[in-house]
Amino acid sequence: MNFAPILESLPLYLSGLLVTLKLLLIALVAGFVAALPLSTLRASHSPWARLPVWAFTYVVRGTPLLVQLFLVYYGLAQFESVRESVLWPWLQSATFCACVAFGINTCGYTTEILAGAITATPVGEVEAARAMGLSRTQVLRRIVLPGALRRAIPAYGNEVVLMLHGTSLASVVTLLDLTGAAREVNSRHYLPFEAFLTAGAIYLCLTLAIVALVHLAERRWLAHLRART
Amino acid sequence: MPHLFSRALAAALMSLALVTAAQANDWKKIRIGVEGAYPPFSEVGPDGKLHGFDIDIAFALCAQMQAQCTLVQQDFDGLIPALQARKFDAIIASMSITEERKRSVAFSDKYYQTPGRLVVKAGTALQPTREGLKGKRIGVQRSTIHDRFATDTFTGAEIVRYGKQDDVFLDLASGRIDAALADSIAVDVGFLKTPQGKGFQFVGPSYDDPKYFGTGAGVAMRKSDTDLQAKFNAAIAAIRADGSFQKIAAKYFSFDVYGEAPRK
Amino acid sequence: MLHGYLPSLLHGLALSLGVALCSLAIAALLGLAGALARLSRSRVAQRIALAYTTVIRGVPDLVLMLLVFFGGQLAVNEIAARLGHEDYIDVDPFVAGVLTIGFIFGAYLSETFRGAFLAVPAGQREAGLACGMSRMQVLTRIELPQMLRHALPSLSNNWLVLVKSTAIVSVIGLSDLMLRATQAAGNTREPFVFYAAAALGYLLVTSVSELGFHLLTRRLALPSRGARQP
Repeated sequence: MNFAPILESLPLYLSGLLVTLKLLLIALVAGFVAALPLSTLRASHSPWARLPVWAFTYVVRGTPLLVQLFLVYYGLAQFESVRESVLWPWLQSATFCACVAFGINTCGYTTEILAGAITATPVGEVEAARAMGLSRTQVLRRIVLPGALRRAIPAYGNEVVLMLHGTSLASVVTLLDLTGAAREVNSRHYLPFEAFLTAGAIYLCLTLAIVALVHLAERRWLAHLRART
Repeated sequence: MPHLFSRALAAALMSLALVTAAQANDWKKIRIGVEGAYPPFSEVGPDGKLHGFDIDIAFALCAQMQAQCTLVQQDFDGLIPALQARKFDAIIASMSITEERKRSVAFSDKYYQTPGRLVVKAGTALQPTREGLKGKRIGVQRSTIHDRFATDTFTGAEIVRYGKQDDVFLDLASGRIDAALADSIAVDVGFLKTPQGKGFQFVGPSYDDPKYFGTGAGVAMRKSDTDLQAKFNAAIAAIRADGSFQKIAAKYFSFDVYGEAPRK
Repeated sequence: MLHGYLPSLLHGLALSLGVALCSLAIAALLGLAGALARLSRSRVAQRIALAYTTVIRGVPDLVLMLLVFFGGQLAVNEIAARLGHEDYIDVDPFVAGVLTIGFIFGAYLSETFRGAFLAVPAGQREAGLACGMSRMQVLTRIELPQMLRHALPSLSNNWLVLVKSTAIVSVIGLSDLMLRATQAAGNTREPFVFYAAAALGYLLVTSVSELGFHLLTRRLALPSRGARQP
């Protein structure tokens, strides 16, 4: 195995890593912020609020991320009306399209995770809060959401890891993320094993780092659920 | 338990060896790697079948060599690694014979030669020089001679790489890239003559510097398969001599696509 | 509307489904082996299984697919050469895709099965051993059937993720639904139409799968005593 060209290409891997992290962060933040109100609607009693959101998460979770990415990047560009619209300067950029596709995808999954956590709120907590005179909004903001966010930590940690893996698809739409860097190195030096092994090792380190962070978060916010010897 | 495990592993490998056909090296069966996304040289129709100039040449050569050929589709940038991994025995995918590639694979004699050209939207004042293209986005197919040439020549420009030539054209048509560098015929037939290509035109000279563009497109094979190389060379010479090459070329091109006879 | 590409897309859908089902079979075998290794008393087996699940779940599917596709063929030929087999062994793209996805999801399934095994009360195993059954008999007759019941929710999740992962197989050139949609999009220059059609195809498979799992869960559900309705 010949790793010399790989060592020469480390700057390329590094810039690829930065692109991956950038995409991951933007997608996660945008998806999470959008998921907060959506999950509240999804967990609502009223079918008018619940069903549209359910339809959204159903489609997003039922189709591959790759298809969603292609639809945003290539699919939208097909239409003359889109190309002439005010959105085009944004949609022209592959980075923007990737962030939109990833953001929508993680929003769908996060909405389901948070909605599940909201529904799992012990009924007693809500009753007690209402009995004390808190309004519906106050109950939501001070009792239900904080509890739900805590409950969601393990599942959301999983989602963060899966989104990290999802960003590797950005390489399929010309972006030079970590996987894109590996494909570039492979295409120049014809060393697929070494090129992808290196990228895989870096992803593994990132995944382990995320898992460690999630454990720390669980220790802090889910301390009450820790096993006691 | 460990005993059983190693026995099971050995059995699995043995059965793998038996199940797949062992190939004797008389080259009666040849697997050929093709691209399938590069009209008019190779493309996949609505019926799911491959057709195009490269495909027809492949079958003609195989008929000449009296061998049974199966075509294996592969993205262009994965062709050489796949050849070395023994996924197939030869590549017929408009792959140009360059010094850089000759370090990894062996080539037959050329079977056609056409230059590369830049294509831009009509009416843009884009100068096809390093200064003129500074800061502009040029689309190329990853791992092609056009990729290498553009990267080394248009150093101030942003080179955007795609897996398939079709994707380059899609983004050129939608305005995501300012120019594309590709084979002149692939651009002409695959883009300019299509509805999406209206309003686009060639700009600049034909690029055929042998350092990048090599000496024509040839059949790529593993360096160790010298007997196969000899067979392909003989077959190429034969189909040019008996007129079947010209017949196939006439189906796709109205001019001589072979180019000059190679300088020995 | 689909410019005559519908038969091609349907072929691709069938192939995607075929890849998914075959991969599931391989993943189930690997998952079972991995779960048993993790739960076994042998430290070596535990470590190997842990390394397997950690590495596979730590690397993106796309990277693994590219690695196994290029490296796997080389490895198979290396081993064959050492075993004295002169000529190359031909690994068909379908087999490569199935083995890759099976290998990847074997890791996820081994975690699923491990959790499910742990959910089977220990007393069941003890009772079986006390009745004089061999360890293999206890495993196949007592633990496995009960384990599957517990594994069902996670299994359905894994299956859905697996089906969607088959889309990446298009990257290694397998003529699945995704690749055929891409070819059609390239030829007709109408990517939206064909990718939307592909999305519908996948949605169909996931919907039918979810329905199937729902019915299966209802059928295999433990008699419910508590408030939880299946």
